[in-house]
Amino acid sequence: MRITTHASWAVCAMALALATAGCGGGGGGSGDSEAVLSASWGDPQNPLEPSNTNEVQGGKVLDMIFRGLKRYDPETGEAQDMLAEKIETSDSQNFAITVKDGWTFSNGEKVTAQSFVDAWNYGASLRNNQRNAYFFGYIEGYDQVHPEEGEQTADTLSGLKVTGERTFTVKLTQKFSTFPDTLGYNAFAPLPRAFFDDHDAWVKKPVGNGPYLVESYTRGSQMSLRKWDDYPGDDKAENGGVDLKVYTDNNTAYTDLLAGNLDLVDDVPAAQLKNVKNDLGDRYLNTPAGIIQTLAFPFYDPAWNTEGAKKVRQGLSMAIDRKQITDTIFQETRTPATDWTSPVLGEDGGFQDGLCGEFCEFKPDEAKKLIEEGGGLPGGKVTITFNADTGSHREWVNAVCNSINNALDNERACTANPVGTFADFRNQITDRKMTGPFRAGWQMDYPLIQNFLQPLYYTNASSNDGKWSNKQFDDLVNQANQETDTAKAIDLFQQAEEVVRDNMAAIPLWYQNGSAGWSDRLSNVKLNPFSVPVYNEIKVS
Amino acid sequence: MGRYVVRRLLQMIPVFIGATLLIFLMVNVMGDPIAGLCGERQCDPATAARLEQEFGLDKPVWQQYLTYMGNLFTGDFGTAFNGQEVTELMATAFPVTIRLTLIAILFEIVIGVTLGVVTGLRRGRPVDTGVLLLTLVVISVPTFVTGLLFQLLLGVKWGWIRPSVSSEAPFDELILPGLVLASVSLAYVTRLTRTSIAENRRSDYVRTAVAKGLPRRRVVVRHLLRNSLIPVVTFIGADIGFLMGGAIVTERIFNIHGVGYQLYQGILRQNTQTVVGFVTVLVLVFLVANLVVDLLYAVLDPRIRYV
Amino acid sequence: MSDRPDEPEAAVAGTSMGGAMDLGVDEAETLEKVPAGPDGAGPEDRPRSLWSDAWRDLRRNPVFIVSALVILFLVFISLWPSAITSGSPLKCDLSKAQEGSQPGHPFGFDGQGCDVYTRTVYGARTSVAVGVLATLGVAVLGSVLGALAGFFGGLSDSILSRITDVFFAIPVVLGGLVLLSVITSNTVWPVIGFIVLLGWPQISRIARGAVITAKQNDYVQAARALGASNSRLLLRHIAPNAVAPVIVVATIALGTYIALEATLSYLGVGLKPPSVSWGIDISSASPYIRNAPHALLWPSGALAITVLAFIMLGDAVRDALDPKLR
Repeated sequence: MRITTHASWAVCAMALALATAGCGGGGGGSGDSEAVLSASWGDPQNPLEPSNTNEVQGGKVLDMIFRGLKRYDPETGEAQDMLAEKIETSDSQNFAITVKDGWTFSNGEKVTAQSFVDAWNYGASLRNNQRNAYFFGYIEGYDQVHPEEGEQTADTLSGLKVTGERTFTVKLTQKFSTFPDTLGYNAFAPLPRAFFDDHDAWVKKPVGNGPYLVESYTRGSQMSLRKWDDYPGDDKAENGGVDLKVYTDNNTAYTDLLAGNLDLVDDVPAAQLKNVKNDLGDRYLNTPAGIIQTLAFPFYDPAWNTEGAKKVRQGLSMAIDRKQITDTIFQETRTPATDWTSPVLGEDGGFQDGLCGEFCEFKPDEAKKLIEEGGGLPGGKVTITFNADTGSHREWVNAVCNSINNALDNERACTANPVGTFADFRNQITDRKMTGPFRAGWQMDYPLIQNFLQPLYYTNASSNDGKWSNKQFDDLVNQANQETDTAKAIDLFQQAEEVVRDNMAAIPLWYQNGSAGWSDRLSNVKLNPFSVPVYNEIKVS
Repeated sequence: MGRYVVRRLLQMIPVFIGATLLIFLMVNVMGDPIAGLCGERQCDPATAARLEQEFGLDKPVWQQYLTYMGNLFTGDFGTAFNGQEVTELMATAFPVTIRLTLIAILFEIVIGVTLGVVTGLRRGRPVDTGVLLLTLVVISVPTFVTGLLFQLLLGVKWGWIRPSVSSEAPFDELILPGLVLASVSLAYVTRLTRTSIAENRRSDYVRTAVAKGLPRRRVVVRHLLRNSLIPVVTFIGADIGFLMGGAIVTERIFNIHGVGYQLYQGILRQNTQTVVGFVTVLVLVFLVANLVVDLLYAVLDPRIRYV
Repeated sequence: MSDRPDEPEAAVAGTSMGGAMDLGVDEAETLEKVPAGPDGAGPEDRPRSLWSDAWRDLRRNPVFIVSALVILFLVFISLWPSAITSGSPLKCDLSKAQEGSQPGHPFGFDGQGCDVYTRTVYGARTSVAVGVLATLGVAVLGSVLGALAGFFGGLSDSILSRITDVFFAIPVVLGGLVLLSVITSNTVWPVIGFIVLLGWPQISRIARGAVITAKQNDYVQAARALGASNSRLLLRHIAPNAVAPVIVVATIALGTYIALEATLSYLGVGLKPPSVSWGIDISSASPYIRNAPHALLWPSGALAITVLAFIMLGDAVRDALDPKLR
């Protein structure tokens, strides 16, 4: 008990020091426009530092308490200047960035060029164990700050230079024309001095520059965020605050929404989709998000790395009745995939409807024929490996297997192979232990076609879980990155995507939508292309 | 008595060390947890190595265990992967689970013993048969089915209760989860009390008391019940540890942020520190509860003397 | 004759795993209510063994007959599921997902469009296999270790008892989550192995108590005086008289192991496809409880009846073996 008392005392002290909400208060005002809503949440996996958060739940909070140089438009996903006054470059390699005037952190400290440079140096430094360090990998000096092995020989990135209170320059190791558009990602957020001066206290109660501030945070249970009245941006919160409540099971969260104990659920479980219309009427949203589910293959396994295996992969792809699965299991909250990107990119951004062609259509007879031509399934059967601890993976993997079995007329051709924990699943991937196709999901970091291709299919890229490698693809991606003309760059990326298609490097399954349901207290609920609710625009009555 | 307690406490030491070592090894079998920390991508090797070093995973298991135990004696239960101190997690989780366990035990005592007495006194009557059958059914249906059904019917369909528990987890919200958690044990308590009552009813001292013309109520409460409760107390005492550790399923269904929830999270994330820490405390609770139960024997049954 | 199934001490010892932790040999006797052995048999015209006595009792006990019939039926369909089904449990048609009962498919379809009736019938095999094999393993390991501890006493007893306590102290479901979360095999063996690993102390304690009681009988002392070897004493004289309580607890435990398998599957660490088990089906149907309750209720019902049958059988056997109730 002593520990609790102590902790809450510390929280109080913080609150007083920041001259924000009083201690012990909690709860929102009643009746006025300052009403607080409650929303479902999951316990963030890593400490809530911007360069340490790589999953949606932590991302939700960062999205509320931070604003970076760029922000992705909640509707179109387009990268727009937020704190950036201008980002200039003449060669796509050296960038001069000017930070807007008048921005402060919620503790009153000014947001300066130094705030960004310090944050990025912190994120890149090997010493700090930041999970997102590789985002700074293009910046010059990264290999000294974050060597692949051994001790780091520098503490700061040599490519970052503060040139004035509000200006700094970035030098990259290579041309990267769309670099400015990546700056909306959380890892690039600025950090206040408080973060460095008293790190423990900051992590307990983060301070940022976004429209909300953290009022209290009970680890593993609840975080209360309140509107920051003096927020300088024009996307001020239109509600009094958000109470994020941790749910272990999204079914329970949905049940709580129905019972009136929760205002907003941003992940309606597959099992409840059938009831949503009935339960919520029009208090339900289902919009495309930048997520694609694919099946990756272990190309390090000789059985899957042959010319014949390509036909087997194509055959398997044609044996999957995507339409029926998305209709039945997901109640149309997912759309059968016909390329390897996402519709949220838009045609201009590089999305190509139907690129996959007939290989993504359900043709059981041809599937059977192709697999036979390719020498049959390696060992006579395939197992689809997935992690069973989150999401509704079990349902769709079973359905995919049943679809393959029915197409091949062999009820033991495909079996689902659940792995108990995500960590173990990742371990098996990292240790190259896969023997057949496995679940690969990709949620974009930023809405660029580059983000759907390079991390997943470039030789030895961080998320190239199947270790696919193709020189032609790599060359096209390199060319595209160096291209300063956006349209030409996208065209090159699309050519690279065709290489992926011709080899069926991964079987595209479906584009995932974001879905949300809410109580009748709320209005103007939207999901951004990352399937995160746009909290600050929600109105509470 | 004093010597007995000391002997028991001394015997706890090897059991405690053994149990923690066992759970430590088990968690270790789960493998490398680092890969799960980097999302859908491979951790870069340098960061992974740093993380392993930070969490002490680069050392051999026996060394990890010794370090862990050493820290434990200074009150340091380590840090979870998301930077939270395990003691901090315990401070929020244990009060919730203790409340839940208290409610469950209350149900066991009130409902279980009452039903047991009623059926024990009316052996063979319809009420006895009915309750017996009911207890069998309760024992046979897995807790998660009961829990889900109750949640759907009472929480959603009829709206009598909150279908889940808020993060403060006050007593009134824990009533249904407590009942679900207690259900199986409750059935056992009923049967145990029934047997015990039925057995003792035929004993000489009860016959004497009845012959003396004592009121029936007094006979039942003072003579019969007191003597029949010994095995029941043992059972309930030993049940404490199991209720606390076994609440994983119940806590998951009703979204209770207690020990079971933290353990489940810890296991999914292969978070050694959380899992070992919580289990260590549970083992302690179990050992102490057992000791207390054995001491209670002496209080309830004067025939037993510890030396 | 003894009445209904009752007296749950054995069931209690079975689940609570608690009780007299260590009161030393003498107290253990007074506390662990162990059936007293053959000398408890009533005076009769011709000598009858405990077993023939028990069998006479059981044959007349309706509870025993009913539960035994249910179990025989379960064993039968585990061996020959095709005798009462024509379909395959792995044949699923998504277009029929969640549909209710219809001709030829009396239990309807689950979320994947698999026939619930066929899957329920085939699920019996796994559940019975897990129950029976795990119980066998637990009974063998537990009674050997328990008997050794009880027979030799002294230091070996202390050591074995402490080891028993160690395994006892680990919460079962928790241990299952930890150990089974990383198992990749899709057979029933990991689940059985896990149950044996954490289940044996329960039997071990019972066996230890029973052996201690039996050890002090006059005929054992006599055999010892005649120079019988330890192994002969243990196997010929003590074991036959100490095995009854073990059987009773094991039968009841069998039911709880079947339920445990389902719980582990619900938590996502139990059996894996293409195994067909009630646990898997219950767990995958539980999110759909609102739309397709039938897919949840049939396997749950089958599971409950099976567990019930074994517990009732254990109850009846205990009644028959416990002379105090005659």
